[in-house]
Amino acid sequence: MSLVTADHLEKTYRIGEISIKAIRDVNFTIEPASFVAFVGPSGSGKSTLLNMIGCLDPPTMGYLQVAGQDIANMDRKQAARFRGEHIGFVFQDFNLIPVLTVFENVEYPLLMVQNRPAQKRKKQVNNLLDAVGMGNQGDKYPSQISGGQKQRVAIARALVTNAKLVLADEPTANLDGKTANRIINLMKKMRDEFDTTFIFSTHDTKVMQSAEIIFTLEDGELLQRQNDNGGTHA
Amino acid sequence: MLNVIKIAARNLRRYQRRTILTSSLITLGVVAVLLFISTTGSFKNMMVGQITDSMIGHLQIHRKGYLASIDNLPLNRNLDQRQVAKVKEILSGLDAVESYSMRIKLGAMFSNFTETTNIRLNAVIPEQEVKTVPLLSERIIEGEKKDVLLQKGEILIPELIAKGMKVKVGDNVVIVANNKDGSVNGKTFVVNGVLEGISGPGGRDGVIHLDDAKELLRINGVEISEIAVRLKNKDDLPRIFSSLKDDLASFTNKEGNPVFEVHTWEKLSPFYNIAQMIDLMTFFIKIMLVAIVLVSIMNVMIMAVYERINEIGTIAAIGTLPGKIMALFVTEGFLLGVLGTAVGTVISLISIAAINAAKLTFDFGRQSNLVLAPTIGAEDVITIMLIVIGIAGAASLQPAFKAARMDPITALRHV
Repeated sequence: MSLVTADHLEKTYRIGEISIKAIRDVNFTIEPASFVAFVGPSGSGKSTLLNMIGCLDPPTMGYLQVAGQDIANMDRKQAARFRGEHIGFVFQDFNLIPVLTVFENVEYPLLMVQNRPAQKRKKQVNNLLDAVGMGNQGDKYPSQISGGQKQRVAIARALVTNAKLVLADEPTANLDGKTANRIINLMKKMRDEFDTTFIFSTHDTKVMQSAEIIFTLEDGELLQRQNDNGGTHA
Repeated sequence: MLNVIKIAARNLRRYQRRTILTSSLITLGVVAVLLFISTTGSFKNMMVGQITDSMIGHLQIHRKGYLASIDNLPLNRNLDQRQVAKVKEILSGLDAVESYSMRIKLGAMFSNFTETTNIRLNAVIPEQEVKTVPLLSERIIEGEKKDVLLQKGEILIPELIAKGMKVKVGDNVVIVANNKDGSVNGKTFVVNGVLEGISGPGGRDGVIHLDDAKELLRINGVEISEIAVRLKNKDDLPRIFSSLKDDLASFTNKEGNPVFEVHTWEKLSPFYNIAQMIDLMTFFIKIMLVAIVLVSIMNVMIMAVYERINEIGTIAAIGTLPGKIMALFVTEGFLLGVLGTAVGTVISLISIAAINAAKLTFDFGRQSNLVLAPTIGAEDVITIMLIVIGIAGAASLQPAFKAARMDPITALRHV
């Protein structure tokens, strides 16, 4: 069973009298434990699509199923609960909470979203911090670590709830090439270790080459799907 | 909840300067209100205490119509023996009554054998009077403060007459008075003491023994102008007043009109209006405090939400429920209120102790060198603390609601 299924998906924004179609009749499926990139120029609809898959923005039309649930008609609270249970996020600007330590940042979803007991939280957080190579940095605050380290912490935070799906909007945009590669490799490693599907958006050609499946978007339309074996679907 | 408090506290520490400034403003407001309440409240209590404990008592019972003509001290509106007996019977049945004092009030001529002036006198049974207005003996500024206020043939004269007529303790004076039939009689008294004058009715009256007044006025039976009543607990005043009023209302004359009238000290003393003004001022000061807290906390929390839009977007995207986001911001405002209030309360209590230690004095009316002794009850402190903390929480509601309702995408895009 597919983890993500989009069927005739559309998203239209209205600005006054003007309607802007950000996503036009998009269809795709993504299988569990995939490593997927949405690529395309700025304004092509990558972020909009990721926001819809992430239950942050409902589609205007079409069907969108994530982790077996139709997410198109969820209300605000249902969507928040669904995100807390099934989806992890990695942001371009890392978006760590500055008043929390590295450990507390990773612990946050377990504590404030899932209300897990302390013992389990500690074990889970330490596992994840070790997995992303930040096991000895738990007491530091975000302001005391580098950009690459911040993104590692953000990946750990996204995975700590055993999320089935991690969405990363331009996760390497604020990192240098070397660090960006490390982060992509780390995400791949995490996918292998935790069977988590990673979907990220990028327009960095080096980064997109690391993806196993690439969806190319332009003007809100899905132009092609490309597998790492070279197969291309229009 | 502890985690919400932890994050809120850390966010306050994050914006240290703003936190200090806002909590200082709240502290200032709390200090101003608590000092105002403690000083004015103590002044009010002192004045009320003086009025009730050295002159009026908590309640007074008169014959109907007496109070309307009290300026003339009418002798033809006294309570007779039967009426006094009824009042005594009712008062004896009330547990809340500590004591009562029968008085004849009269106007007379005061002579030191060379000069004459007019004087208002309270004729009392000293034992009853001392029990009912225990601070009366404290007002004796010249002469010995004895266990018994005065003996027959002795008089306590007000300070003004003592000075004006150049009369000292131990001097003989003559009191001349008309009785209710118009007959004039005089009697010689020995000045036993000089009474400090205080503001309010009866504050400049002399005091003689009830038996001397009966002799002077040629009263054979029992005639009493007023009965001053002291309660064991002044907080019982409304209840006892109402009960006495009902009990006494059942006594009517032949025409069916009530025989008695009963009044609380509040009706009898003009200081009650000042006390009410003090209460009103206290109320407005509290309103100002509420406004200070409301505006400052709201301002800070609006800024906090604005500055952390991206952060709000992040925690919302991660799956934090709107209620929890709201709780984070309300707790932040609440903690700001708690911080300001706690510091303000400590400073206020230290200031009150310091003022008491300094023994500052002030003048009021003809009274000088009154010691400013501010005190504040735990009830007042707790009320102010609850008001401030409650308003701090309430002021954070709107910004917190805005944060909780924020669209995660818009918030995440915010730079």
